[in-house]
Amino acid sequence: MAKISPKRTPMKEQAPEVRRHNFDEVPFGYTPEEAKVEAQRCLRCKKPGCVEGCPVQVDIPGFIRHIAEGNFLEAMKVMKRTNVLPAICGRVCPQETQCEGACVLGKKMEPVAIGNLERFIADWEATQPECVMCEIQPATGKKVAVIGSGPAGLTLAGDMRKLGHEVTIFEALHKPGGVLMYGIPEFRLPKAIVEREVNFVRSMGVRLELNYVVGKLKTVDELLEEFDAVFIGTGAGLPLFMNIPGENYLGVYSANEYLTRSNLMKAYLFPQYDTPIVKGKNVAVVGGGNVAMDAARTALRLGAQRSILIYRRSRDEMPARAAEIHHAEEEGVEFQLLTNPVRYIADENGWVREVECIRMELGEPDASGRRRPVPVPGSEFRIPVDTVVIAIGNSPNPLIPQTTPGLEVSKRGTIVVDPDTGRTSKRGVFAGGDIVTGAATVILAMGAGRIAARSMDEYLRTGRW
Amino acid sequence: MVKILKKSILAPGVKRLELDAPEIARKALPGQFVVLRIHEEGERIPLTIADARPDEGVLVIVFQEVGKSTMLLGTLNDGDGIMDLIGPLGRPTEIERFGTVVCVGGGVGTPEIYPVARALRQANNRVIGIIGFRNRELILMEEEMRRVVDELIVCTDDGSNGNKGLVTDMLQQVIDRGEKIDRCFAVGPVIMMKMVSLLTKKYGIPTIVSLNPIMLDATGMCGVCRVEVDGQTKFACVDGPEFDGHKVNFDLLMARLKTYVNEERQAVELFRQAQTGCGCGRRGA
Ligand SMILES: Cc1cc2nc3c(=O)[nH]c(=O)nc-3n(C[C@H](O)[C@H](O)[C@H](O)COP(=O)(O)OP(=O)(O)OC[C@H]3O[C@@H](n4cnc5c(N)ncnc54)[C@H](O)[C@@H]3O)c2cc1C
Ligand SMILES: Cc1cc2nc3c(=O)[nH]c(=O)nc-3n(C[C@H](O)[C@H](O)[C@H](O)COP(=O)(O)OP(=O)(O)OC[C@H]3O[C@@H](n4cnc5c(N)ncnc54)[C@H](O)[C@@H]3O)c2cc1C
Ligand code: SF4
Repeated sequence: MAKISPKRTPMKEQAPEVRRHNFDEVPFGYTPEEAKVEAQRCLRCKKPGCVEGCPVQVDIPGFIRHIAEGNFLEAMKVMKRTNVLPAICGRVCPQETQCEGACVLGKKMEPVAIGNLERFIADWEATQPECVMCEIQPATGKKVAVIGSGPAGLTLAGDMRKLGHEVTIFEALHKPGGVLMYGIPEFRLPKAIVEREVNFVRSMGVRLELNYVVGKLKTVDELLEEFDAVFIGTGAGLPLFMNIPGENYLGVYSANEYLTRSNLMKAYLFPQYDTPIVKGKNVAVVGGGNVAMDAARTALRLGAQRSILIYRRSRDEMPARAAEIHHAEEEGVEFQLLTNPVRYIADENGWVREVECIRMELGEPDASGRRRPVPVPGSEFRIPVDTVVIAIGNSPNPLIPQTTPGLEVSKRGTIVVDPDTGRTSKRGVFAGGDIVTGAATVILAMGAGRIAARSMDEYLRTGRW
Repeated sequence: MVKILKKSILAPGVKRLELDAPEIARKALPGQFVVLRIHEEGERIPLTIADARPDEGVLVIVFQEVGKSTMLLGTLNDGDGIMDLIGPLGRPTEIERFGTVVCVGGGVGTPEIYPVARALRQANNRVIGIIGFRNRELILMEEEMRRVVDELIVCTDDGSNGNKGLVTDMLQQVIDRGEKIDRCFAVGPVIMMKMVSLLTKKYGIPTIVSLNPIMLDATGMCGVCRVEVDGQTKFACVDGPEFDGHKVNFDLLMARLKTYVNEERQAVELFRQAQTGCGCGRRGA
């Protein structure tokens, strides 16, 4: 074997000053040659750390080996055994803390760029006339209802279909994909890619009922009359606010609203599309996670001169993915760290004009293990703004718990399940994803869908609960 | 695609559509609404369920053409399709036997108060209906309302139907004649609901209003429809749309409804140009 390069193969990207004005995807992806070069860095470990670090246990050395040999079709077959959403995972998974974080090569040099390779292989498949199909087992005659078409619901649906069950997904919105469709922006995850992977799940024979709000049109109990099992994957879609003065002024958005207008409703193309959005010149985004990064970068693309991120801890504690923080910085997002808003100030028509902030310092660690931010008395100052986006988190949507008697729910509003099986307190009902964990990640939602599928299949075959 | 079964024009700029929507029609209750999206580039617009005939699978909406989307909706005809229809959303009206109730409808609030009035009557309340319009031409659903209430008062701002005054004037008269009112329901323009609430508060009459903030997903996800009730932030789509009128911050609601006035004006202008230009008028861009 040739000597291994200590550095990973870089992926070419749009230049920051160009991309901050468009919604096109930022990285271009590997060419087949680049992918092969990168794949050849993999050590094919006997005890691969990467697989253990992956919540859905993709056979990483397996698919990488095929790429290294230029056998892309085989690579895809390996991938699809465990992951039906590779183009999505390759783009949005926090690889640095999962597979790549556990990559053996990473102990001495840069870890294998697993995410980039995953993305490559999925995009390569899209250029082929036919895609790799999954094997579907003979029909079992059992019917499964899935509520919510986010990564948790899609994964469970795909797995259950492979096992020969009949699957119907019910989705409240007019487009499937959950956060992938309405939350994560086009420049990070093109919607055509989400559609492609959703269509793949459909092509396996999964039915999709859009515009269907479970809890309103039918309750879980009513679904149980028609279906043998139900999976709840409704996500954590309820926006949180800080409850500080002025939060209802005009121009103050929740991140969900801001991103949904832009992504799902394509407000950045207004007036070609009918949904408008305020295109502020000075936009403040409150928060430090992926959602906040996405909102701050969207603001630039909508034409903001300044996009200011206000976060109450320091850079080290920011929960956003490293790559996204880096991208935001390159594009010129201004970071106001150790800062927290205390109130908003509006003009005579109720439009937000300033945000009053207070400086913070880090005190003792709190329950999350991170040092608790404490306000510095007398340090208030104001930033002129015309748009504010609040991205401090979401809580689970209460509609299903409210309309499902007998379903155990935690104090935080999440559905209580057995983590090894995804089983809820209600016979035949499973749950997984953000509705169980609170806002988390795509891959964890997929992992939960996988665990629940295994247990649901067993339940359908044995009838044992 | 949801098919339009029957379109009718109730008054200038006010149209009624019967939609083929069996599942929603079966579940719909008074006070609930739907969200629809006309075509791929369209916005999601909320409209109250004005009536439902579950046996026939028919859902009825009545709307006023105020901006691009409702104007476009108004150009559709029998047999045309609407891309998406979501519902029934929101909490249904609390229907109980209260005693004597007054149902106040202002303009296109009338078709919205109609199913509420009917349900209240079925629950053995004595129902007094008050409906008001700018002028005689704009009067809606008078006959339908008359059939479901014990007494109906119809007024116009300009007196062109022979009964001049605002709905609040009529409500004052009902109060003045010594009627003991146990509850009041009001649907219409925000300013009307505010004035009704101010009046009934003076007399201690519990009052329910149906709020119409801007909405986007209408399933509790985006938070644009937040309204202030009793000093607390509520989401109209899941906590409402009906609230205690004595506790609503109407001024905030009125301000927030103005968020997109400039964009709305631009959209209407383009829509009009497209209508007179190529004549297809579907996209308006
Ligand atoms: C802006 C943003 C950026 C993010 N960036 C990343 C990232 O880079 N990497 C990462 O790993 N994670 C990221 N996340 C988190 C990740 O997207 C979520 O953890 C993941 O999508 C959760 O999946 P889920 O299947 O549980 O739910 P969701 O994706 O939330 O999907 C739930 C679906 O259920 C539907 N639904 C809800 N209620 C009902 C009902 N009553 N009836 C029918 N349907 C219903 C919803 O409409 C929705 O489509 C991000 C999140 C956001 C908001
Ligand atoms: C729960 C609810 C029930 C409603 N029921 C009815 C009904 O039965 N009949 C009817 O005629 N109207 C109803 N409305 C109002 C209706 O949704 C708006 O008139 C419509 O969305 C305007 O769209 P447009 O593009 O034609 O006008 P736009 O150009 O968008 O706006 C014109 C006016 O409508 C207001 N508006 C804009 N978007 C919305 C929105 N999403 N929700 C509320 N107001 C908005 C604007 O502030 C503006 O004043 C209801 C609104 C809500 C929230
Ligand atoms: S840990 Fe790294 S080097 Fe080892 S098999 Fe996995 S990707 Fe290859």
